[in-house]
Amino acid sequence: MDLIFEGILKAFHLIFTLDPEVLGITLLSLQVSGTATLISLFIGISIGTVVALTEFPGRRLVVSLINTGMGLPPVVVGLFVTIFLWRNGPLGFLGILYTPAAMIIAQAVIATPIVMGITLAAIQALPKKLRLQILALGATRLQMVWILVKEARLPLLAGVMAGFGGVISEVGASIMVGGNIKGYSRVLTTATVMETSRGNFDVAIALGIILLLLAYFINLVLTHIQQRERPR
Amino acid sequence: MKQKKIIHAVLAGLAVLLVLMAWAPVQAQQKNIILSTTTSTQDSGLLDVLLSIFEKKTGYFVKTIAVGSGQAMAMGQKGEADVLLVHSPAAEKKFVAEGYGVNRRIIMHNDFIVVGPAEDPAKIRGVKGTPQVFKKIASAGSLFLSRSDKSGTHTKEMAIWKEAGINPEGQKWYQQTGLGMGQTLNIASEKKGYTLADRGTYLALKKNLSLDILAEGDAILLNVYHVIEVNPAKWPKVNAAGGRAFADFMVSKEVQDIVKTFGVEKFGSPLFFPDAGKKEEDLGK
Repeated sequence: MDLIFEGILKAFHLIFTLDPEVLGITLLSLQVSGTATLISLFIGISIGTVVALTEFPGRRLVVSLINTGMGLPPVVVGLFVTIFLWRNGPLGFLGILYTPAAMIIAQAVIATPIVMGITLAAIQALPKKLRLQILALGATRLQMVWILVKEARLPLLAGVMAGFGGVISEVGASIMVGGNIKGYSRVLTTATVMETSRGNFDVAIALGIILLLLAYFINLVLTHIQQRERPR
Repeated sequence: MKQKKIIHAVLAGLAVLLVLMAWAPVQAQQKNIILSTTTSTQDSGLLDVLLSIFEKKTGYFVKTIAVGSGQAMAMGQKGEADVLLVHSPAAEKKFVAEGYGVNRRIIMHNDFIVVGPAEDPAKIRGVKGTPQVFKKIASAGSLFLSRSDKSGTHTKEMAIWKEAGINPEGQKWYQQTGLGMGQTLNIASEKKGYTLADRGTYLALKKNLSLDILAEGDAILLNVYHVIEVNPAKWPKVNAAGGRAFADFMVSKEVQDIVKTFGVEKFGSPLFFPDAGKKEEDLGK
């Protein structure tokens, strides 16, 4: 128990003294996971909407694949991204293995199916007649899609939170493709793993608390946007 | 509604900033060195000290990938690392002989120790010779935790079992963690088991462990670290100049002097002993 108490003290110490290393690690976590979530939003929402609104052969297969992707194990993603980005791998010419950019790619791969799956469910949950109604009012197809997405913003923001929560807390892929390099690709989760294996449990607990606080504040902002005007 | 616009603007601004900042640190390739090394050099904190000096001096940026010696050499074999700092001599010799590495140079050593609970259920305290110690653990059927990750420590452990003439694989008392040294020590401490550890990691974690050193000081327990440059003839993309610069730095007097005193202040005794220029065969005499 003493250890947990020490960890909490350490966390506040690190936060209030604005420890430059911890600050850098926290900012990088935010940058990497934030960028990855943004990328996953563009891809996830657009593909999710298209699949939700169109009929095509094999649609059920696609939907089941997307839903499976929502549980994509980060280590498996990490492994494949690493192999692709190796110097002598198919994307080796990019030279971005062990950089924050590689971590963004891996995390975007993890978050995209989550956002896509939730988008799909959210758009499909809208009443069917709504589409006809919007079109009948003279909207173009693009306008209709835009209105539908806006109409589904409550579950869509839940998707954003799920995607962001999935990647900010993820460690397997980040450590594999980022390498946990000091001052460069070290994020909160990988630093926690390292401090634990170094036996610095107080620092590890402190980093964990900072991660939780960070996740809490991000979700607070998102929840604020989500709940600001309740439909109906 | 004004509030809404402000939040939108802030969010959009943040988003753009995030994208810009995350991509900024992508640096030119030739200035990067990928150092593949064992976890003990990173977990002990030695590398943090050495790398900041090296980077300031040369302008190179070192990407340390801390893995077991086995995986470090596997990366070297694929040309995915430029220079290795490892401690698995038999595998290293094979690595160099097969042409994957060049210029294998000795850096430092410390030693392995057998640790276990103070009660010592297998009565190994004071037993002469590490293979004998392992035999006693096996015949007593006491819990032994193995790294089983092809690290230098694991390779050493397997060599000792072989010397003892015992195949522990599949035995009830033999558990394989597949984890790093620090985690394996924690598990051994919690489950009151024996394990083979490098002294540096043990000293660094000692305050949280209920494990005692029960056997030490045998010649077979010597733990030697070498630096190896990955052969650029095999893999043209390897940063040969950078790898060479790092290897030269590790054998320099400056580094050797730091190694000599590293950890004395924090742990009461040095974690590593500098060996540059010596021959492996002469160590431990």
